[in-house]
Amino acid sequence: MSVKLTFRQVGDVTVIDVAGRITLGEGSSALREALRDLVGKGQKKILLNLGEVTYIDSSGIGELVSGFTTVTNSGGQLKLLNLNKRVKDLLQITKLYTVFDVHDDEAGAIRSFA
Amino acid sequence: MRDNATHSPEPMERLMDSTLESVDSAEELAVGMAERAGVDEDELMKIGMAVRESMVNAVVHGNRYNANKKVRFSVAANSEHFTVRIADEGEGFDYASLPDPLAPENLMRTSGRGIFLIKSLMDDFQVRQLDSGGTEVTLVKNLVSK
Repeated sequence: MSVKLTFRQVGDVTVIDVAGRITLGEGSSALREALRDLVGKGQKKILLNLGEVTYIDSSGIGELVSGFTTVTNSGGQLKLLNLNKRVKDLLQITKLYTVFDVHDDEAGAIRSFA
Repeated sequence: MRDNATHSPEPMERLMDSTLESVDSAEELAVGMAERAGVDEDELMKIGMAVRESMVNAVVHGNRYNANKKVRFSVAANSEHFTVRIADEGEGFDYASLPDPLAPENLMRTSGRGIFLIKSLMDDFQVRQLDSGGTEVTLVKNLVSK
């Protein structure tokens, strides 16, 4: 299974539920295009729900960094929700865990954008 | 580190095309063989990811998707080690000069973490420039606790 992105609007926050694999190829490019599209439409508050991500490689990590930079440079905020152990471990060993604003609770994550 | 099934599977070698499909195939083959060698689930994930990163390096950075170039992929296991070798036909690279992805100035780069991850996930990682051209990497996972 490659990646599947589902978009929800919660107040003024766009939540992207990401499921499957974020790897080199279709998975990472789909995420990149989705984030650029949202930024292009002026969306400033984006929450990536990674709870159903089964696998992420270095390309996928690169796309998270790229997305974070793209959104931040446009004056917006990109936050992460529901990291599983594998994704969390990878972000920790690459020292990126503290770069992102990471949440375990969706309601709390939504409130943090205010 | 290792389950009760301690029999060592037969070694395998494949000559693969320079495609992303080969990346998936190599990961699947390595994980399947590691499973038969009795490697536990957590270590299987690490081996799979390290093989994936190494294959991406060979296909994308080494052979540059060139249809005329192949990737030689081999796996072997004995009672102590699970070993994967991946060789491309590219122009090689200077392993010693790779930037540190953990350095503050590199932290927000969108690439350059692959080899760092491989080293973090495996017990040993070696890079060798081949006389025939190309690069061979060797990934080793210890099967017994030291």
